[in-house]
Amino acid sequence: MLAIVDYGVGNLFSLQCSLKKIGEIPVVTGKSEELAKADRIILPGVGAFGDAAAKLRQSGLDKVLKDLTAKGKPLLGICLGMQLLFDKSYEYGEHEGLGLIKGAIRPIADVVPKDLKIPHMGWNALHFVKPHPLFKYLKENDCVYFVHSYHGTDCAETMLATAEYGAELTAAVGQKNVMGCQFHPEKSGEVGLNILRAFCEMKAGKLC
Amino acid sequence: MITKRIIPCLDVKDGNVVKGMNFTGLKQVASPVELAKYYSANGADELVFYDITASSDGRKIFTDILRETASQVFIPLTVGGGINSLADFDRVLKCGADKVSVNSGAIKNPDLVGEAAKLYGDQCVVLSVDIKRVNGKFTVFAKGGRENTGMDAIEWIKRCVDNGAGEVVVNSIDTDGVKQGFDLEMLAAVGEVVQVPIIASGGAGKIEDFITLFKKLPKVDAGLAASIFHFGEVKIQDLKKAMTAEGIPSRV
Repeated sequence: MLAIVDYGVGNLFSLQCSLKKIGEIPVVTGKSEELAKADRIILPGVGAFGDAAAKLRQSGLDKVLKDLTAKGKPLLGICLGMQLLFDKSYEYGEHEGLGLIKGAIRPIADVVPKDLKIPHMGWNALHFVKPHPLFKYLKENDCVYFVHSYHGTDCAETMLATAEYGAELTAAVGQKNVMGCQFHPEKSGEVGLNILRAFCEMKAGKLC
Repeated sequence: MITKRIIPCLDVKDGNVVKGMNFTGLKQVASPVELAKYYSANGADELVFYDITASSDGRKIFTDILRETASQVFIPLTVGGGINSLADFDRVLKCGADKVSVNSGAIKNPDLVGEAAKLYGDQCVVLSVDIKRVNGKFTVFAKGGRENTGMDAIEWIKRCVDNGAGEVVVNSIDTDGVKQGFDLEMLAAVGEVVQVPIIASGGAGKIEDFITLFKKLPKVDAGLAASIFHFGEVKIQDLKKAMTAEGIPSRV
């Protein structure tokens, strides 16, 4: 069973539909006992980092997610959900994240040339840094859908894939059973469904 | 590098897809859900669903169709038509829309763009503008192109982008339905004043029109069309191949 973390952030309609499409009926929940029962967990999110991190802390879900991932449960963060996995973010101030992935979230404006538009929005090609079971059905240059103005930095060790936008942007990270996509697999057509498919095949202690 | 987007537009009335010529003379094409699935499987980068019903019954049918489409099609969906309030944003976002396009609603209530951007983020708010030359001046038209507002289009677009519109659809009434190419002059004028993505609409008749658009105006991010895709005059996969051959970044 797959659980989507419900902490009052973002619209889960598309994510739920895309999982149903690949034969998975997700449970949307903010309850620790239901998350503990799940075989794997998706942390979604859109909006501002500070608000979302505060909501995770207030609900105690930050500790729940840290405990469950420490036991080997696969966790996939999507978009802001990926950013929350990091140590911290510099979006409007400085905010602490879950600390499951080493590094910091910083504005892409720090690296993207001035003549390119921000947010980085649209379809862009993935360049894989190292193989990972999450992308076992994908090939180099497969396109996925991005909408973001911040990205992961100082995360060379966990970098799985990048996207080129006048600079190298962090597209995906992974550290054992914890992984994250900056783009939206649920909006990336068949390529995105194949990422979700691969994730749904992962088990605690056995990712591929 | 980010790819140039190709966007079929589906005008939906009473549960069917239609396409007008110069905004009048509606003609039925196909089931919106089936057409959306077809486009998604054949290379469309995004879909625009435009609700052109006026009645509340029609609105209910449209919302049902949108929900059905969003549960089967996994590419970005933009929804427009009849968006006059934050409640309308909420209604379509809950049914699976990723972006919401405002046109007459923003003209009637100029605060709508800013309020929606604050609530849902800039990237969610698309400004759609119907523009026609009046005495040589780019002028904003409302109500599906029937009403001259007298407003300067460039000023209007600047103002809405400053308020938080994250993307602009420039629809040229002068070239719409004529199939002789996009309105390059109008698009260039908009490109000079905004930094957000620009979607060109109105006038595409063949593959070369898209190639010319992206080559001459690098600031344009996407090309939108309806009937030429619905009637198969331009197949998106052929268009993508031609773009790649011309060195225009595209998702194939």
